[in-house]
Amino acid sequence: MAIAPDQVTRSSSSGDGVREEDYLWTLNFGPQHPATHTTLRLVLKLDGERVVDAMPEMGYLHSGFEKIGEHLTFNQYVTVTDRMNYISPMANNVAWHHAVETLLGIDLTPRCKVIRTIVAELARVSDHLLSNGAVGLDTGAFTFFLYGFYQREVIYDIFETLCGARFTNSYTRVGGVSHDFTPLVIEKIRTFLRTFPKTLDDMERLLTRNRIFVDRTKGVGVLTREEAINGGATGPVARASGVTRDLRKDEPYLAYADYDFQVCCAAAGDCYSRYLVRMQEMRESIRILNQAIENIPSGEVNVGIEGRLALPSKQQVYSTIEGTISHFELSMSNRGFEVPREESYAAIEAPNGELGFYVVGDGSEVAYRARCRPPSVLHFSLFPQLIRGHTLSDVVAVLGSLNIIAAELDR
Amino acid sequence: MAEAHSKDTVDSRADDAIESLAARFPGLESSTYRGQVRVVIGAGVALEFFTHLKQLGFNQLIDVTCVDYLEYRGATRRYGLVYLLTATGTGRRLTVRLFVDDPEPAVPSISGLWRSANWLEREVWDMFGIRFIGHPDLRRLLMPEEFLAHPLRKDYPLQGRGERHNFPVLTREDG
Repeated sequence: MAIAPDQVTRSSSSGDGVREEDYLWTLNFGPQHPATHTTLRLVLKLDGERVVDAMPEMGYLHSGFEKIGEHLTFNQYVTVTDRMNYISPMANNVAWHHAVETLLGIDLTPRCKVIRTIVAELARVSDHLLSNGAVGLDTGAFTFFLYGFYQREVIYDIFETLCGARFTNSYTRVGGVSHDFTPLVIEKIRTFLRTFPKTLDDMERLLTRNRIFVDRTKGVGVLTREEAINGGATGPVARASGVTRDLRKDEPYLAYADYDFQVCCAAAGDCYSRYLVRMQEMRESIRILNQAIENIPSGEVNVGIEGRLALPSKQQVYSTIEGTISHFELSMSNRGFEVPREESYAAIEAPNGELGFYVVGDGSEVAYRARCRPPSVLHFSLFPQLIRGHTLSDVVAVLGSLNIIAAELDR
Repeated sequence: MAEAHSKDTVDSRADDAIESLAARFPGLESSTYRGQVRVVIGAGVALEFFTHLKQLGFNQLIDVTCVDYLEYRGATRRYGLVYLLTATGTGRRLTVRLFVDDPEPAVPSISGLWRSANWLEREVWDMFGIRFIGHPDLRRLLMPEEFLAHPLRKDYPLQGRGERHNFPVLTREDG
């Protein structure tokens, strides 16, 4: 076979016209692989141990969540959002109902705002613990991962006390939440806030200056600021590249405007910076939580009966006529609340980045369209340019630092 | 949206960027809902419009998605594309709407302007069957390649059309 001169490799040591492709191996990575953590697939082109190119593939976990969203009511769909980013379901719940309430124009009670802020921040801590833990795990730091997982367990415990579910919480409702905070929940959160910083210090001591870890992550998978913006990166991934954007500060929602906290950024844009940003964000979350837990406004947690949005309390149902009517109408499929024939987009700063929902209302309690804007998709699309030129063992470090959750990726 | 929302002309509430757009593209429809500014453009000027938007500082494309208005009461156009843009410098947001119809719905691809458009447009093609002209790699993103329908269209049933049962079964020998 004739070989065109441009196909002859320049680095070929033998110099006898061997084509470059002959040296390239194709490696299939996933969809079932322990280091992908979830079901996603990478087709890697390798030159020895070096990754020449990567082709990400997704869709293995596609379950039609957006289609289901067109058939479930605003309150029912929250159970599906649990299953999107299952590392921090509370944040998804908050994001979904934030979007619905934006469409409906509902103003939450001060107590509800603070409670949602608290659960969203707890979700952020538990998400960062897992994603940083997984980076540690994939680069050989098992203890670090277990320290993180123990603390996640504590957060699960808090959620279980709060709403009965550890993992798929389905906590929010239109105009409120399913369960109010009890003194026991507040006590458990306080205990967590007292004990967790110590573990966080231990975790930092284990890994932040660990020679092996730093060598494995520093300078690996560099994402420049321009690429991050152009590629649609948000959240810790963008902030590690120097994009100073955090929706909690830039578009304050819930009660975030009331708290003193900082936006954590780094400039290097490598895996190590993403790790550092997440570590620091946990500390800032603790700051927010400390301020929030001591100042929970009293009063009702759900919007009142006159709003006719959230189910009234049993006390109200049994003792007042308005409560009875409201409960009755909200339970009927052709009554319920009024939805404008409009559409809007609302996003929150989820642990993984900007998690938004584009909701179209057609007058009924079921969304006409429930588009989820998942941060993972755009982060995953950045993967090839991050890994090019690095080694095969760096694949897991980069993948872990992007924190790609297939359930959110494919929906 | 379609004809449902009230259309107000570009007024003092809209910021400089919108005014500059209105001057450049006469007849631009804009509306505001819950503080979100939306503009409707035609497919013909899409590329020029988005290039201009990028120059105005809207440097991040947050999302590209679509709504199928087939069963929406009072709607006149079938597909309404949604482009969500953010200016990371100022934090401003803008929603751009673009309507297309059957048969063969197609719009120009903006993946040359924003890298994030690449996969987002692939997803819209996959789910709604809207072709993006000039897209470098318009393959399905979520569904398998042999899939024929576009599942988020309103005329596609929730439980599918039995495609799953007819997928070819790969044995170890084939693989």
